[in-house]
Amino acid sequence: MSQFLQVVLSGLSTGSIYALAAVGFALVWQAAQTVNFAQGEFVMLPAFFALVAIHWFGWPLWAGFAFAMLASLAILGLAFKGLVVQPMMPDGGLPLVIATMAVSILLKESVKTFYGAEAQPFPSPLPDGTLQIGGAVISIRDLFDLLASLAVVGGLTLFLDRTRTGRQMQAAAQSPAVAEILGVDVARMTLYAFLVNAALAAFASFLVSPTYLAKFSNGESLGLVAFIAAIVGGFNRIRGALVGGLLVGVLDNLVATYVTQEYRAALPLVLLIAVILWRPQGLLGDAEGRTV
Amino acid sequence: MSRRNFLTAAAFAVAAIGLGGAARAADVVKLPCVCELSGAGAVSGTNYRDGAHIAVDEINAAGGILGKKIEMTDYDTQTDPMTSRALIQKVIDDGAYVIIGTVYSGSTAVNMLVAQKAGVPQFTGAEAPDITAKGNPYIFRTSSGAEKGVPALTAYFKDTVKAKKIAISWVNNDFGKGGHDVFLSEMKKAGIQVVADVPSEQGQVDFSADVSKIKQAGADAVFVYLNEEESARILKEAVKQGLKIPMVGEVTLTGQKVIDLAGGAAEGALAHVGLATSAPVPSIQAFAANFKKIYKRDTDHNGIKGYIAVWATKYVTEMIGKFDRKAFADKMHGLTLDVAKYPHMLLTTSWDKTGELSRESFMTEVKGGKQVITGTVPAN
Repeated sequence: MSQFLQVVLSGLSTGSIYALAAVGFALVWQAAQTVNFAQGEFVMLPAFFALVAIHWFGWPLWAGFAFAMLASLAILGLAFKGLVVQPMMPDGGLPLVIATMAVSILLKESVKTFYGAEAQPFPSPLPDGTLQIGGAVISIRDLFDLLASLAVVGGLTLFLDRTRTGRQMQAAAQSPAVAEILGVDVARMTLYAFLVNAALAAFASFLVSPTYLAKFSNGESLGLVAFIAAIVGGFNRIRGALVGGLLVGVLDNLVATYVTQEYRAALPLVLLIAVILWRPQGLLGDAEGRTV
Repeated sequence: MSRRNFLTAAAFAVAAIGLGGAARAADVVKLPCVCELSGAGAVSGTNYRDGAHIAVDEINAAGGILGKKIEMTDYDTQTDPMTSRALIQKVIDDGAYVIIGTVYSGSTAVNMLVAQKAGVPQFTGAEAPDITAKGNPYIFRTSSGAEKGVPALTAYFKDTVKAKKIAISWVNNDFGKGGHDVFLSEMKKAGIQVVADVPSEQGQVDFSADVSKIKQAGADAVFVYLNEEESARILKEAVKQGLKIPMVGEVTLTGQKVIDLAGGAAEGALAHVGLATSAPVPSIQAFAANFKKIYKRDTDHNGIKGYIAVWATKYVTEMIGKFDRKAFADKMHGLTLDVAKYPHMLLTTSWDKTGELSRESFMTEVKGGKQVITGTVPAN
């Protein structure tokens, strides 16, 4: 029983980081009706911003994190929206999807060129201690990852549902034309969505890198799993992305522990096929109709 | 200038450039470095390459090999076997005398067939047992294969840890599978029960399920046979889950890169290593210090492997007195390079008729963030 609890808690912790990246997929989908295939690299990159500040500029840890957050907002939010998304939106979704793939390669190769191909240790502000919960040993870091991710996604949901700006962002996402008629600054709301996505990616990067290490290729698997988590949960629902991320994290751990270690990488794909067959809109998503 | 004179002058210029190039080509001997400079093997390949370049600089400064300067060009396999195969073909077409690399077993198993067919000697850092078991007369190791390294740990598990039950965490590639199979056979002979056999993927980042399985199995110790980055991740995860049993590895677990990546989580990790920069051997320590001075970082054993590959090329070529690939390979079989006479080998090193290597090795432990030698294992 203690092992089961241990596996579930570890899975929830990992899944909460998938969830942060998956929420980013949902936000970009709602804001630009496109899939950002550079989302994994968006999570990989902020760790290197922080490492540059810490090792090259000699800044302390928290200043490094602050620098990484600001750099992420500027490059992954502002510049991504202004230089990639905005110019390509009139051409439709597919060219934009291809452009995000190009961005993914650009970010990966840039990190490899400027910082190196080797994995780098990444500092954590949290202690290495553990807690005993129901016979299971859970690390303070895992617990923090889980609680912090839940708090961030919960806070984001409240912001979107309960604040004027949040509701305007939702309106701009659901029907830009109608929102504009009603006086919503759609361009600004879209920019907010990209800035929130960049902040989430940076936060996920700070949580995941101390354990996974900072490496240029980290976004490959993380991006794929988060993408699947977003589809499983429901691409058009923030809560869906959260549920999808946690579900994938826990199931991955359970399968690896109790069923097969060799085929664990196939699990998210099996889950994806199952959801597409039985509930294409995702577990918590709404069906969307499109005129072709 | 008339059109005819212009064409004549141009023809002479082209011929002069061509002859100059040919003259330069005749003055150099090509030792291409085909290594894992990106991808999962970047840590190993980069150190191997940098160690090799130190040797090249030293040899060229001392006059080269038989009067020819070494020309070393780097090629990145991206840790992809098929890319490595294509690159080995390319360097052979370009006139490689001896090939330095590759380091990963999965790549070497594929690309050494190309070098063998062309009759080009190759120094590999690979450690999978089957590399030297295929009758390839042109392949030579720069560190012992797993079939020599892993058995050195059997006595440690049996007599020091007094293990009755043991777990193994291994990477599911050619390197890992080779070590895994040797380990299972050794444990069977020693009467130690393997209670958890946990494979993982190359490049795997999440080891929570792996550690959970090992913990639940009730093992007295765990044998960790992973590459550098994965070794660091499992050490971190073991601390997170409070795994208290000894974590013992072969070669990588106590390497400098693993210590750098795992930080405090590497403390107490144990490993048998064929080469160690912390070995109490003045020539090895001098090499490690020189490496750090040049590259502003510590190397692991792969830096030494690349270094001795190039120096062995010089020593053996000068023994045969000519640049003859077949004579080189023939000379290597059954050769011992005594460190007293060939100091840049760092340790007395022997190759048998399969290209397998033998030399003194070490037991190590991570103490205070450093790899510390705790014992010496004689050459086997």
